[in-house]
Amino acid sequence: MKLQRVFIALTALLISSVARADWTLNMPRGVTDISQEVYGLHMLTLWVCVVIGVLVFGVMFYSMFKHRKSKGAVSSNFHESTKVELAWTLIPAAVIFAIGVKATYTLADMYNFEESEVTLEVVGYQWRWRYRYIDANAEQEVSFFSSMSTPRDEINNRLEKNENYLLEVDEPVVLPTGTKVRFLLSSADVIHSWWVPALAVKKDAIPGIVNEAWTIINEEGTYRGQCTELCGKDHGFMPVVVEAVSPEEFEQWLAEKEQAAIELAELNDREWTFDELMERGEQVYGSACASCHQADGSGVPGAFPALANSPIAVGPADGHLDIVVNGSRGTAMAAYGNQLSDADMAAVITYERNAWGNNVGDMVTPVDVYNFKAGE
Amino acid sequence: MTTATHDHDHDHEHHGPAKGLTRWLYTTNHKDIGTMYLWFSFAMFLLGGTFAMVIRAELFQPGLQLVQPEFFNQMTTMHGLIMVFGAVMPAFVGLANWMIPMMVGAPDMALPRMNNLSFWILPFAFAMLTSTLFMEGGGPNFGWTFYAPLSTTYAPPSVTFFIFAVHIMGASSIMGAINIVATILNMRAPGMTLMKMPLFVWTWLITAYLLIAVMPVLAGVVTMMLMDIHFGTAFFNAAGGGSPVLFQHIFWFFGHPEVYIMILPAFGIVSAIIPAFARKRLFGYSSMVYATASIAFLSFIVWAHHMFTVGIPFLGEAFFMWATMLIAVPTGVKVFNWVTTMFRGSMTFETPMLFAICFVVLFTIGGFSGLMLAVAPADFQYHDTYFVVAHFHYVLVPGAVFSIMAGVYYWLPKWSGKMYNETLGKVHFWLSFVGVNVLFFPQHFLGLAGMPRRIPDYALQFADFNMVSSIGGFLFGASQLLFLYIVVHTIVAGKPAPAKPWEGAEGLEWTVDSPAPYHTFSTPPRID
Repeated sequence: MKLQRVFIALTALLISSVARADWTLNMPRGVTDISQEVYGLHMLTLWVCVVIGVLVFGVMFYSMFKHRKSKGAVSSNFHESTKVELAWTLIPAAVIFAIGVKATYTLADMYNFEESEVTLEVVGYQWRWRYRYIDANAEQEVSFFSSMSTPRDEINNRLEKNENYLLEVDEPVVLPTGTKVRFLLSSADVIHSWWVPALAVKKDAIPGIVNEAWTIINEEGTYRGQCTELCGKDHGFMPVVVEAVSPEEFEQWLAEKEQAAIELAELNDREWTFDELMERGEQVYGSACASCHQADGSGVPGAFPALANSPIAVGPADGHLDIVVNGSRGTAMAAYGNQLSDADMAAVITYERNAWGNNVGDMVTPVDVYNFKAGE
Repeated sequence: MTTATHDHDHDHEHHGPAKGLTRWLYTTNHKDIGTMYLWFSFAMFLLGGTFAMVIRAELFQPGLQLVQPEFFNQMTTMHGLIMVFGAVMPAFVGLANWMIPMMVGAPDMALPRMNNLSFWILPFAFAMLTSTLFMEGGGPNFGWTFYAPLSTTYAPPSVTFFIFAVHIMGASSIMGAINIVATILNMRAPGMTLMKMPLFVWTWLITAYLLIAVMPVLAGVVTMMLMDIHFGTAFFNAAGGGSPVLFQHIFWFFGHPEVYIMILPAFGIVSAIIPAFARKRLFGYSSMVYATASIAFLSFIVWAHHMFTVGIPFLGEAFFMWATMLIAVPTGVKVFNWVTTMFRGSMTFETPMLFAICFVVLFTIGGFSGLMLAVAPADFQYHDTYFVVAHFHYVLVPGAVFSIMAGVYYWLPKWSGKMYNETLGKVHFWLSFVGVNVLFFPQHFLGLAGMPRRIPDYALQFADFNMVSSIGGFLFGASQLLFLYIVVHTIVAGKPAPAKPWEGAEGLEWTVDSPAPYHTFSTPPRID
């Protein structure tokens, strides 16, 4: 009786989960010619395996049912045949040769990096991506970080998870359709890997090495992927989001970003009030620092020091600038000198010195940051 | 021959094992050392399995529930290291210790004192490795493949203990391998030519050469890490002129042969069990030997198929793809030979046979996904996803681990002199079989759908298959406690076993009593 009830409950659970489930079984076909080819290769190899499997296991299960001792089977005596051995060496070799030839052509396509129209630099950081549109003619190059935007409360089960849970970023990378885009990949710290399944592009981003990849996206849309090389604590939390738009839209977007970049550069030169720095600093802190030091500056005991009431954050400004600009060797604290603009650096340091009970009262300006970097 | 052994036992009765703890500490007896290796590996299997349970429990649902990402990474790392170096490899060495001298008609291993040493340094290595979990900054958290610079510049301080532990494990493996080579080449009974050796002996001979070739490479790569971390070198540090990719080349030059180190002895076990229960000679013995040697050779020239996405040049990529696909040919030969051995045999399905048949089927499935992974363009989609996790767990769990279990059920009557409970053995098999497939088969789908490996939390579209996989994991994990019970129950309360409990079994090990006397073949048998 009791068992029956458990069984019914389990079945009900199973049915309900099947009803709302996403039981995706196969690789996506993707939205590029290459991804379609890769899908074709995948299916070809899969079917070859299925056919071989059915034949081999067919024979095996046949003898398991027919040639059992309990059915009176008497064992035969044969145990060698060079002909048979040769056959099952050469036939599989031929099948594999056929797959190999097809695969080699696709591989050669994937390695043809020539004649690209847009070059995107992708740099991995613990734990976000920096994108830069390389264009020698631009007045101000467009470059920005793309960090996961899923709130920590969703990860910690305090908020309901949204549809794009863990696969959403604050600023997606925008690419034009029908255009050959070349990717140059590298890393600022450990090895990361940039993967967008719909494009069949996966390439490692390795410190000290610049890797190449390319794509031509056929359809507009939003394509999501993730970092696929273990890169430390937040490896699971550095998604890739590609927004594919028409070339016209892309040009317009790029022009706007360029204008914004020019304005951002001007921020370094303007005068700042304390309140403005605090406000901007809180935003910068949220995207650059909070994943380790936590939103309330409490850190993670044993792994990431607290900033609230820390000797550095309430000590002399130079020491504080030093650790944020240059990082701390041998720890997870990265050097942010090249990651943040002078204005953002000034803002975040001002914020850290005056938030969560820290009350130094001083303010660090973009000019201070500039002078600190220049004085080194 | 049996009579000769009996006489010999009477002569040497005063040479039985010493009493108490010192028997195990000082022993140079291959059977004692084999037993210790097997129990040690089982303990490590349970420890590594516990870590796997933590992983599967965290992945049961999306979101972080039980552990934080830092600890999760330590669990995946330690699970891999302990299963590879602590469970699978020592288990095979234990089987080799027990069976190789008895299979070739030798009185013991060629180098018994070294045999003792190679076992006894292992518990220290793993105690040290496990203790890193309690150190400040935690244990190794960079994956069992420990790619630099995550394992050097960015590693927790405990990495130095990890390096030392790997050195000790390497030394143990090299000593074990030298011992096996020396035993097989020098101590075969008169008339036992190389091509008359049981396949388990052959596969272990080839495995031992692989070990001697690549364990020093592993020692080299961890030493280079040590230098980078403590002595200011920059082998793997781009800022100092080194290259993180160099690490991967060296690691996988060790790592790929290592994969075959964990599967070749399994081929040997299965090649002993299938003929025994099909009551028919192994089909294509010599082709089995050549296929094993080919696989071993090829294992040295395929390492970069683990690195298709690191940006090696087109020709390199193509070479490693072709070489890798070639491995399917000798591997296929082995599978065809096993199936043909069963064909028109007279089969019964006791527990060892069930595990062996399951090995053939599920290892082949792992081989199929291996062929798919070899296709470089497609590998760009599979690489570092759960598809890879599914692939190597299929070859390692229902592959290597099931072959070890098959071997244990097959030879346990010889070791203990007692029969295990057949019904319980079959229950253990079916629970493990269902568990392992529910656990790992859905991981193929997860990988194809785009779930990266080594992540503590995942997007919502991966939720359902992860839950299924976790349920399978818990079932498989719990079933192994039954295995422990069966083995203990056999030793304590099993029914006495005859010298040859399996009707169709062949080989010298069945010519001695059950349990095998403390000393066997002091006078070598003659083989004709």
